[in-house]
Amino acid sequence: MGRIVGGIGLSHVPSVGPVVDRKRTQEPAWKPLFDGYVPVREWLASLKPDVAIVVYNDHVADFTFDKYPTFALGVAESYAIGDEGFGTRPLPAVAGDVELSTHLAESLVYEHEFDLTLCQELAVEHGFLVPMNLCFPHAGDRWPVKAIPLQVNVIQHPLPTARRCYRLGEALRAAVESFPGDSRVVVMGTGGMSHQLQGKRFGFMNESFDQWFLDQLERDAPGLADITHQRIMEEAGAEAVELIMWLTMRGAAHGKRVHRHYYAPMTTGMGLIAFEG
Amino acid sequence: MGRQVSGPIPDTSVFDLRLSRRGRRLNKLCEALCSPQERDAFKRDEEAFMSRFGLTEGEKRLIRERNFQGLIDAGMNIYSMLKVGSATGNGLYKMGAQMRGETYEQFLSTRNISGAT
Repeated sequence: MGRIVGGIGLSHVPSVGPVVDRKRTQEPAWKPLFDGYVPVREWLASLKPDVAIVVYNDHVADFTFDKYPTFALGVAESYAIGDEGFGTRPLPAVAGDVELSTHLAESLVYEHEFDLTLCQELAVEHGFLVPMNLCFPHAGDRWPVKAIPLQVNVIQHPLPTARRCYRLGEALRAAVESFPGDSRVVVMGTGGMSHQLQGKRFGFMNESFDQWFLDQLERDAPGLADITHQRIMEEAGAEAVELIMWLTMRGAAHGKRVHRHYYAPMTTGMGLIAFEG
Repeated sequence: MGRQVSGPIPDTSVFDLRLSRRGRRLNKLCEALCSPQERDAFKRDEEAFMSRFGLTEGEKRLIRERNFQGLIDAGMNIYSMLKVGSATGNGLYKMGAQMRGETYEQFLSTRNISGAT
């Protein structure tokens, strides 16, 4: 059967992409971020995962506002690298897991009544790729794990509630566990933490909110799932509402916290927290 | 509005369906910029490109003037705007400084580690 072996909440700041591509990760301004991932990568290697389910949002690259799904699951053999308006990054396409994603789709729709948009073709961008760069760096033309994108609307309100995102995580766990094949799965909840990218409040961050969110995610995730979009946006900035995707990860990964890191150099609180499955 | 989004937040835009409707033409133009051919077309003849997407005179003026707060208020999504920013040589931090009413250098001086760009 399938098994959730770990869960990671992490920011997907786009500027990390070019830093990886241009091999700038050891520069003084960036080293603290990448140092935080060294023990996480060692831990991940010891888990020997087969698949990463990446809960992320597209930033108007492959999903556009003419039709914007609330939840969309990739069910493809492979995911192309998207062009989000700045050219395509030099990364290999990401291999999917058709068997597992087909099972997840059937289980989530039939058993758990999550009515997902299902994607036979999907190009992934920084929301998905930066977490992969940080946790599962590619070597040559391949990534060390297969991956399944799970896209959430966190940019055009009405968004799904934090509670709904948490329940999706619980359903995802049950769906993985009912998979007949052997599969070791890591779930990543991405985005946030505090940041706002428009208006006079551009550049707003709130480290004390971010640390509180990390504490609550560890100690009382079902309680944290009561948080409203309004409270996140007021206290952590409008774009921080991406944090609801971390609740999907925590709904799926129930184990003890094994890593935690925080770095806020420019305009985003870049958080990292990892749990056992 | 209800419980999830219960009221205005100072100096903050919340991109909802009403704003998305208002910004429909602007966001369609931005979405097209995810292709290198379209980026070239935009850079070659910005006026023709804007006309192709049926922008109003007011919307065209906001793009001509690189008025980023104006574009946000007109319904351009922030992630859409990054594509116009990139095509016009205005990265996120330049756009942000303008929205804050600061120079780029002033804005950088407010950051914890301004080298992390």
